[in-house]
Amino acid sequence: MGSKIEKLLIEFARIHRFMVSFLREAVSPPYEFKEIIRQCYEIGWKSFPLISLTGFIVGFVFTKQSRPSLEEFGATSWLPALISIAIVRALAPLVTALIASGKVGSQIGAELSSMNVTEQIDAMEVSGTNPTKFLVSTRIIATTFMIPVLCFYVAGIGLFGGYLSIIGKDDLSMLAFFTQVFESIAAKDIFAMVIRAVVFGFTIGFASSYVGYYSTKGTEGVGKAANSAVVSSMFLVFVEELLIVQLLALIN
Amino acid sequence: MEKNKVNIDQNETVIHVDDVSKSFGDLHVLRNVDVRLYKGENLVVLGRSGTGKSVLIKLISGLLSPDTGNVRVLGETVNELDDRELRALRQRIGFSFQNSALYDSMTVRENLEFPLVRNKRNLTRAEIDKEVEEVLEGVGLSQAINQMPSELSGGQRKRIGIARTLILRPDIMLYDEPTAGLDPITCLDINSLINEVQERYNTSSIIITHDLACAKMVGDRMVMLLDGKFERQGTFQEIFDTEDKRVKPFYDYNFIV
Ligand SMILES: Nc1ncnc2c1ncn2[C@@H]1O[C@H](COP(=O)(O)OP(=O)(O)OP(=O)(O)O)[C@@H](O)[C@H]1O
Ligand SMILES: [Mg+2]
Repeated sequence: MGSKIEKLLIEFARIHRFMVSFLREAVSPPYEFKEIIRQCYEIGWKSFPLISLTGFIVGFVFTKQSRPSLEEFGATSWLPALISIAIVRALAPLVTALIASGKVGSQIGAELSSMNVTEQIDAMEVSGTNPTKFLVSTRIIATTFMIPVLCFYVAGIGLFGGYLSIIGKDDLSMLAFFTQVFESIAAKDIFAMVIRAVVFGFTIGFASSYVGYYSTKGTEGVGKAANSAVVSSMFLVFVEELLIVQLLALIN
Repeated sequence: MEKNKVNIDQNETVIHVDDVSKSFGDLHVLRNVDVRLYKGENLVVLGRSGTGKSVLIKLISGLLSPDTGNVRVLGETVNELDDRELRALRQRIGFSFQNSALYDSMTVRENLEFPLVRNKRNLTRAEIDKEVEEVLEGVGLSQAINQMPSELSGGQRKRIGIARTLILRPDIMLYDEPTAGLDPITCLDINSLINEVQERYNTSSIIITHDLACAKMVGDRMVMLLDGKFERQGTFQEIFDTEDKRVKPFYDYNFIV
């Protein structure tokens, strides 16, 4: 029992150190713009097909499933308002974060841990390049930037899916649909969405890099790291979602 | 195969591992180790698997820090340096890893460029290309320049790994088992390369090996790690002129059996 607590405390100290060295390296020159852009491209490109499909399906299915309840009140004309609020306030950031946890998180975890296992991180360090700066900071910055970008994309494609679902039954012009959408979402909804996405993006980058960087040696360490990168990213995303919802309720 | 005479200055110590101990938990790997590397010298480090040879050179390059004692390299105490000073020192030390440690997401060219581009930011494209081609030719692998590490054999990877550390023209080279797992002809090539580096650039090197032919070919002096200490030091003959059961099998295995 005592040793378990001790282990936990050591782990927290290590996370703290990792955070501090990330922050220090992220703000101090020289900046790794080239590598950051490469990482952004990797993240965006790798998750693009899956995120497109998922975003579309979520919008489409959610709309289809919501229709009967509104039909009971003869309120199907409210569908665009309903789905836009649902997508912007909850679905888009969550779906993006979960897909990215799986796709990007596992990638970062596996990549860094295999570099660790094969001493590539040590090799970088002895050749005079700070691996926290070159490998970790760039990835965390890239996810923090790209998850919000992908989130906007998911919101767009989800709404499009919703629109397609609506015109399967009703007559509604695209223009009328999007007019209603923009009337029902407020600036603060967009703002809250961006905040969520930034927090989730940072979390995914940080958690995945951390488990990859400190993975145990050996090939099984790589699998374990990829796995726990996904699990811990998803877990943290849900916990944060819960906290953010409470916080926003307080502010309103 | 005798070694050419080289210029060793016994008055100038480039590395002094001074009374260093290192443990991992209950495992005492190095116990009050003391060893020096002189300017221009090739020092061979022998010892069984798991005795702490790799740990020794990781202490020298600052990847690990000693529990007690000091590691002095080129006049600096490694464990007392800040990040910036350590980085500057590391540019003067080449570290060739036991498993090559090539960056497997980069081509051979990008691997070789990496230390150069990162440490000397004012080089032109042409200068970088020239350095890369030169060092690659030095290890006899010019044709591999655009390949990925995964497409190379173990021996080729090893040579690229050595090339990558040579590109910064280090004052000190640390070779971790440079010939392990290679065929005899490649071994000879690598041994010649190690000697050539020593002669051409007056580099001081530590060579970790189990391969006594390699030790004989490249070493000016040898030390053997036994139970956490360098109990035996000297020339090849001096090291193996013993009936010690911990030492004799090395010789017997390599030259008699
Ligand atoms: N970072 C580390 N954490 C814990 N134990 C370690 C670490 N590095 C090395 N060790 C332990 O220290 C001992 C010496 O390891 P080292 O790699 O130096 O052996 P070696 O002499 O290089 O062996 P080989 O010839 O097989 O390469 C081993 O028992 C190893 O398990
Ligand atoms: Mg070793």
